[in-house]
Amino acid sequence: MKKGYFGDFGGQFVPELLMPPLLELEEAMERILPSKEFQDELKSELTHFVGRPTALTFCPNLSAKLGVKLWLKREDLAHGGAHKVNNTIGQALLAKKLGKKRLLAETGAGQHGVASALAAARLGLECTIYMGATDVERQSLNVRRMRLFGAEVVPVESGTKTLKDAINAALRAWIAEQQTTHYCFGTAAGPHPFPLLVRELQAVISREARAQMLDQAGCLPDYVVACVGGGSNAIGAFNEFVPDAKVKLVGVEAAGSGKPGDWHSAPLSKEGSPGVLHGMRTQLIQTIEGQIQPSHSIAPGLDYPGVGPEHAAYQASGRATYVSVTDDVALDAFVDLSRHEGIMPALESSHALGWVIKNAASLEPGAHVVVCLSGRGDKDLDIVNDYLARKA
Amino acid sequence: MSNNILTKRIEAARAAGRLALIPFLPAGYPNKDRFWDEIDGLDASGADVIEIGMPFSDPVADGPVVEHASLKCLDVGVNLKWIISGLAARKGRYKAGLVLMGYLNPVLQYGLEAFARDAASAGVHGVILADVPHEEADVVRAAFDPHGLALIPLVGLNTTPSRMALYGNNAQGFAYFVSVLGTTGVRSQFDTGLPPQVREGLTHAKAAFPVPVALGFGLKHPDQLKDLAGLVDAAVFGSALIKHIDQGGDAKGFMKVWK
Repeated sequence: MKKGYFGDFGGQFVPELLMPPLLELEEAMERILPSKEFQDELKSELTHFVGRPTALTFCPNLSAKLGVKLWLKREDLAHGGAHKVNNTIGQALLAKKLGKKRLLAETGAGQHGVASALAAARLGLECTIYMGATDVERQSLNVRRMRLFGAEVVPVESGTKTLKDAINAALRAWIAEQQTTHYCFGTAAGPHPFPLLVRELQAVISREARAQMLDQAGCLPDYVVACVGGGSNAIGAFNEFVPDAKVKLVGVEAAGSGKPGDWHSAPLSKEGSPGVLHGMRTQLIQTIEGQIQPSHSIAPGLDYPGVGPEHAAYQASGRATYVSVTDDVALDAFVDLSRHEGIMPALESSHALGWVIKNAASLEPGAHVVVCLSGRGDKDLDIVNDYLARKA
Repeated sequence: MSNNILTKRIEAARAAGRLALIPFLPAGYPNKDRFWDEIDGLDASGADVIEIGMPFSDPVADGPVVEHASLKCLDVGVNLKWIISGLAARKGRYKAGLVLMGYLNPVLQYGLEAFARDAASAGVHGVILADVPHEEADVVRAAFDPHGLALIPLVGLNTTPSRMALYGNNAQGFAYFVSVLGTTGVRSQFDTGLPPQVREGLTHAKAAFPVPVALGFGLKHPDQLKDLAGLVDAAVFGSALIKHIDQGGDAKGFMKVWK
């Protein structure tokens, strides 16, 4: 297979000016990442800074209600409140080994921005975060967190002023600052080697979950379910289960409002088509003329018109199935898990959970279902309270 | 040596003892009607090659001036069909060589083969795709070659001699050398003359490419061209032309200063 490809998807569609830092990173990934020294340092950071391993929690109350055995892989318990730190702490370590002084990162909702900023602070790196001007406004809490960790937050005024434009701005900045700066890409997408690098760093989710299932349940799960925006928590939750052919892998995209004509964030399960954006060939929400369309989801972390190339490849090969649920299904799941299990999931993770709750009756009775609870929901309280007030 | 018309136009300028001039204008700028007048103006006032920008929603290699202009064109419905059919209707009218510049995705959605066929038959001689590096170029070149459409490589200050050679082996038309590690747009760093690393990079490029080398990104004043004599065969200006038009000027007036 061609370098950097997963089936027909992936590649390195970037200006030549970005090839030298990508080749440098690729070389570092092959040489430094597997080394014992790096792996020992990473393990130490994951244990003592991130708080791994995260728990695998059985949900007795929802399980009784749904007729399946529901397990949660608790990435909400990782430092920063989401799985994002698994990636940023690894990339920050790698950046230090490469002699880089600074991290730059894009962020949509701000979770990856926060995770990058705290990893940079921990390892003594400078940090610049590119964030769409619209997102800067609607995610002011995360902007304040990033600034507290010492990061510079640059509002991006171009295009739709959201995540995709923040990625454009970060790629542009990287062209100019590649000698001193590492681009800490936030999801398992973008040009090679990012999809591979981010997967390797997030695979800790399924490495732990697989061992925990064998230990706590005495068997492998029947389903592993994760939400998919760019797809980093999902690729991390799937990776170690891929060779276990009997484990069904389900990626849940955001269908938005579900009303005809409204934007969504589901290029795999709704009207996506293959194209090239942000350095990769993947499934995209685009016009027939190849212009990228805006996306929408109530979960800001899923709000992206593309998806990581390995997911596009898993869909094509049939190894994973991709579905979508609407904003309302996710919001109801948010409330259900809080009320029945005392755990408040992020709205992103609530999509995965919502799919299970909605479809539990059609799953095999008693099936073991692991949901990747990619983050905690404190950040979403305002949105959820508005929803409950509307419903009342 | 490439037989491409772009090569010949630039060679002809060199034979006449001058740098070839390559203005860039986003298709449909400043508006759909005036765009074609400006292209006529560029051609009539001595452009050797004209680059027409194909707008894309996510132009990562472009600075704010070109991005803003391109998005404005997208908003009024400029697309590849409009560009290619407009050129087809004017085929044979231009002395200058014609290049389309943009990003891969709109071309992919048009269909690589169909695009190569239609663009070539509309009189286009070459295409620059800013997000297609050497690693991804084979498929594109395979579609372009049968129609004699050149895929023009884009290299820069951080392109090593060995990577330069990869591009040199396949180059057609001319090579585009990006003068700064950054996006399109004028740079004040050139006010005091050509930085030594640009001089060095151009020397590598001249050695690696069997086709002429054009310098682009950051040029804003004709005085800068004097420094380039002997180092480079052509100069590209985009943002400077857009700004000139934004300030009420036209292509002819712009070219007068540079000629």
